[in-house]
Amino acid sequence: MSFWDYANPRKFLATTEPVIPWVFGAAGLCLGVGLVWGFFFTPDDFRQGSTVKIIYLHVPAAMMAINAWVMMLVASLIWLVRRHHVSALAARAAAPVGIVMTLIALFTGAVWGQPMWGTWWAWEPRLTSFLILFLFYMGYVALWEAIADPDTAADLTAVLCMVGSVFAVLSRYAANFWNQGLHQGASLSLDAEQNVADVFWFPLVVCLFGFGLLFVALVLQRTGTEIRLRRAQALRARADRVQA
Amino acid sequence: MPDLGTYAGSVLSAYGFSLLFLVGIVWASARRARRVARDLADVEAGRHG
Repeated sequence: MSFWDYANPRKFLATTEPVIPWVFGAAGLCLGVGLVWGFFFTPDDFRQGSTVKIIYLHVPAAMMAINAWVMMLVASLIWLVRRHHVSALAARAAAPVGIVMTLIALFTGAVWGQPMWGTWWAWEPRLTSFLILFLFYMGYVALWEAIADPDTAADLTAVLCMVGSVFAVLSRYAANFWNQGLHQGASLSLDAEQNVADVFWFPLVVCLFGFGLLFVALVLQRTGTEIRLRRAQALRARADRVQA
Repeated sequence: MPDLGTYAGSVLSAYGFSLLFLVGIVWASARRARRVARDLADVEAGRHG
């Protein structure tokens, strides 16, 4: 069976419906274990004190905020190239989840930054590019809502998504590009360097899985909702034409 | 409850805000999914208004 078979809405719903409760359950389990472990059973950092416990929310939320945009970009490109409606609807479904992740990252970053940096906010590369990414998320959702024709909306939001990807990349690598500003470099990287001590790292990994699974569960569920909504609108339009 | 010291406000507000928004998006998504599924069932049964 081909991957593209899932572009069929019925096939997508039939495949994802039984899986969604399990993904939600796994997400809840990982988040429960990771956050309880991190909050109650890890020590204070010798420099940051108890604020280090914010890492279990801030880092996974920031990572998912960027990854959600990357997922939207891939889905948008599939829409533009292959015109599969499910991919456009999946991109639309992911945007509100990305907004929530971005808001959590911004808020937790501010309340972490205030005691550590002495300020809630600074116009430095990483924070600024992340704020712009948040504004792109808002614009993306607004554009979907503003255009009545769904295919035109999918086309235009796909273009917006490509433009916004610059800021998704920047918000990940800004600290490396400019090598200045308050924000440290990435806590998570694929190089061999360990940036977080083991005692904080293990619960952080559980939280990362939790946020990732929650994102997957929400996007699958919300994509199913968008498919049903589109079908209901099509059936209504057809019935109205018959009556006319 | 761990002793959060002088940073208790920062840590607790971070957890409170985050959990509120996570629960909020899960609740809103489930509520909308139910409403749309019910609406589609009505339309398919020919009861659209």
